[in-house]
Amino acid sequence: MSLTIPPHKLQLNEHGQLKHFLTTENLSTEILTEILDTAESFSSVGQQAVKKVPLLRGKTVVNLFFEASTRTRTTFELAAKRLSADVLNINISASATSKGESLMDMLWNLEAMDSDMFIVRHQDSGAPHFIASQVCPHVAIINAGDGRHAHPTQAMLDMYTIRKHKGDFRNLKVAIIGDITHSRVARSQVHALNGLQVGEVRVIGPKTLIPHDMEHLGAKVFYNMEQGLKDVDVVIMLRLQKERMNSALLPSEHEFYRLYGLTTEKLAFAKPDAIVMHPGPINRGVEIETAVADGPQSVILKQVNYGISVRMAVLSMAMSGQSTEITTSESINGEHGA
Amino acid sequence: MKFTPSSPNLQSIKITGGRVIDPQSQRDEIADIYIVDGFIQHIISKHSEPNNENSADTVNIHTDITINAENKLVIPGAVDLCARLREPGQEYKGTIHSETQAAAAGGVTHLCCPPDTNPVIDSPAVAALIQERAHQSGYAHVLPIGAITRGLEGSQLSEMHALQEAGCIGVAQLRNAIKDNRVLLRCLEYAATFNLTVFFQSVDLSLQGDGIVHESFTSTRLGLPGIPRSAETVALARDLLLVEQTGVTAHFGQLSCARSIEQIAAAQQRGLPVTADVAVHQLLFNDETIDGFNSQYHVNPPFRSEIDRKALIDAIKSGVVTAITSDHQPHEIAAKSAPFSATEAGISGIETFLPMSFGLVRDGILSEQEWVACIATTPANIIKIDAGKIAESAMANLSIFDPSAQWQLTSSTLRSEGKNSPLLGKTMNGRTCATIHNGRLVFQLS
Repeated sequence: MSLTIPPHKLQLNEHGQLKHFLTTENLSTEILTEILDTAESFSSVGQQAVKKVPLLRGKTVVNLFFEASTRTRTTFELAAKRLSADVLNINISASATSKGESLMDMLWNLEAMDSDMFIVRHQDSGAPHFIASQVCPHVAIINAGDGRHAHPTQAMLDMYTIRKHKGDFRNLKVAIIGDITHSRVARSQVHALNGLQVGEVRVIGPKTLIPHDMEHLGAKVFYNMEQGLKDVDVVIMLRLQKERMNSALLPSEHEFYRLYGLTTEKLAFAKPDAIVMHPGPINRGVEIETAVADGPQSVILKQVNYGISVRMAVLSMAMSGQSTEITTSESINGEHGA
Repeated sequence: MKFTPSSPNLQSIKITGGRVIDPQSQRDEIADIYIVDGFIQHIISKHSEPNNENSADTVNIHTDITINAENKLVIPGAVDLCARLREPGQEYKGTIHSETQAAAAGGVTHLCCPPDTNPVIDSPAVAALIQERAHQSGYAHVLPIGAITRGLEGSQLSEMHALQEAGCIGVAQLRNAIKDNRVLLRCLEYAATFNLTVFFQSVDLSLQGDGIVHESFTSTRLGLPGIPRSAETVALARDLLLVEQTGVTAHFGQLSCARSIEQIAAAQQRGLPVTADVAVHQLLFNDETIDGFNSQYHVNPPFRSEIDRKALIDAIKSGVVTAITSDHQPHEIAAKSAPFSATEAGISGIETFLPMSFGLVRDGILSEQEWVACIATTPANIIKIDAGKIAESAMANLSIFDPSAQWQLTSSTLRSEGKNSPLLGKTMNGRTCATIHNGRLVFQLS
């Protein structure tokens, strides 16, 4: 049963190419590097007079956002349009699909309209995997963030940013700071960094925000910024959701900022040329000081720009992997239509 | 498969050549069984002396049906301490008719139905309705468990005495744990007044939080909110202390943690009237099974670590846990067709209950006698009913189990309305071939 195939296997076709993009977990160094190289090749498209390449011409890409998002959805839309795809944006409130049945019905309807790709953001971990395995196996599914599970394109644009500024991953020490427990971004970053054979991955935060058995996932755990930031090349801050304050995870914003907020003084524990990253949107004065966010070591705004070419890379690779598989299975099965 | 529900005339049935296993009498021998007018009239050992007055030659009874049980086990009908039938209230998941039919196909002749029906079993009328419907269907004996608080809301005591008179074999709050310790204390005192057994499914809802799977490396990886072991163990500690204070007879169901076993063992050593069971699937699976977000493995309490799973098996071997349940929870297809955390918990397990638990015998952990004790004899003793045995002049409730049968579980082999099983498509070892309930053949594999 396809149901039991874990996401990292389900997302590859028989040739080992991406046909969905569900997670960065267990992806080979080669595929991860291919994504970064492909993104590099798309980086100049935004500077052209006509900002388009025809790779997805005639394809229908549906942005299916079950959770509110502006930046991620916009960059996905831009990425798909720069690849010449037709893009449909659908925002669905969670209440409209609280029953699994109606979620499936809606997806089947969209599939019936000959959609080629769904870009899915969903509040439930595993939702894109569910769609890829159970609902629409012949539509390429791109995970734009699912619950606490994964946000692989965000992680890949972070990898792109790191490679841009630091080159080789193998000697780097990278620290991820803040609410790791609730962060799909952190999980995908840890997997991607390990896949790219980074020197060391660290997570820093109070025990209330570090999930169970994090070391096993491939990250060293620190509870103290001075120790955790020592000799670090890359500092990744995570957004602290305001609602965490009301759920007995933290005493106050003030205390969190005092202990884990990235200030000029704390940044001094890292290497002098360390870069500062943040997936956005920033809570100034909660997890990061304005002087650091806007300072010379910050690459936060560049991340946003890189997001478009990284997403173009992922969309084109998955579409190509999906088409290869469909072509292969057609040639095996005979004269079936697409 | 052939089903023969309530036929007006009682049949005379002869079961020949089977290996009859009865823990209560320590019987384990090849014997013929004669069932007349609902009762076991004779059990005639193949080894008995030829001139014995009960020897095969001297019995001359007309039989309507003869069942050949050679190379098969003839065992008491299983007594399942926890099986949801979904009626009244959730007939789209299953009905008393469909689920007792499934029970018969699974070799279960007696089952306890938890009170979370709609309406809740907190009035004699609901308890009576369930028993009446089960009686009409005629496949299995259904023993309701009453709600210990009104509406299972955890604040007001239910009319436990009236529920007891209406046939409830115990009371329970299920996993809607009572938050107010004083209310729980009063509930236990009141139940103790009438010698009612209290069924616990210990859980601390605040520690469970929004958790959905065992808190572990797997939950971290998959980004699914975890349920720590303390959600069970903290509540169990509280429940055991209040059981000790009130002296109520308590049964702890569907335990999932090694630490829980230690607590139960310690309570038993102190002499508390405490018994425990585990759900059969907890003996087979650990938390790593959810790796592919497969919602068929979504159960509550969640599958825990391999260490916990082994501790549960050891607890059965050592006798701290003396019963195994199916924890049967049939669901409609849509309940499992959604992203993992949006699916409902539970496995449709009553038809795989015997083959799954028989794995303990195949693995050399239990003898056949011990296995039958866990699924029939001890559960019957826990709920104080006259069942779970094969004895002359006892009511004939038994099944014939083929330990070497191999078969594939599919949606169509399941009689239950609930097709939600992680074992679908898998090969099962061991199968119920026939079930006799109150002297009538209610299931026979064709």
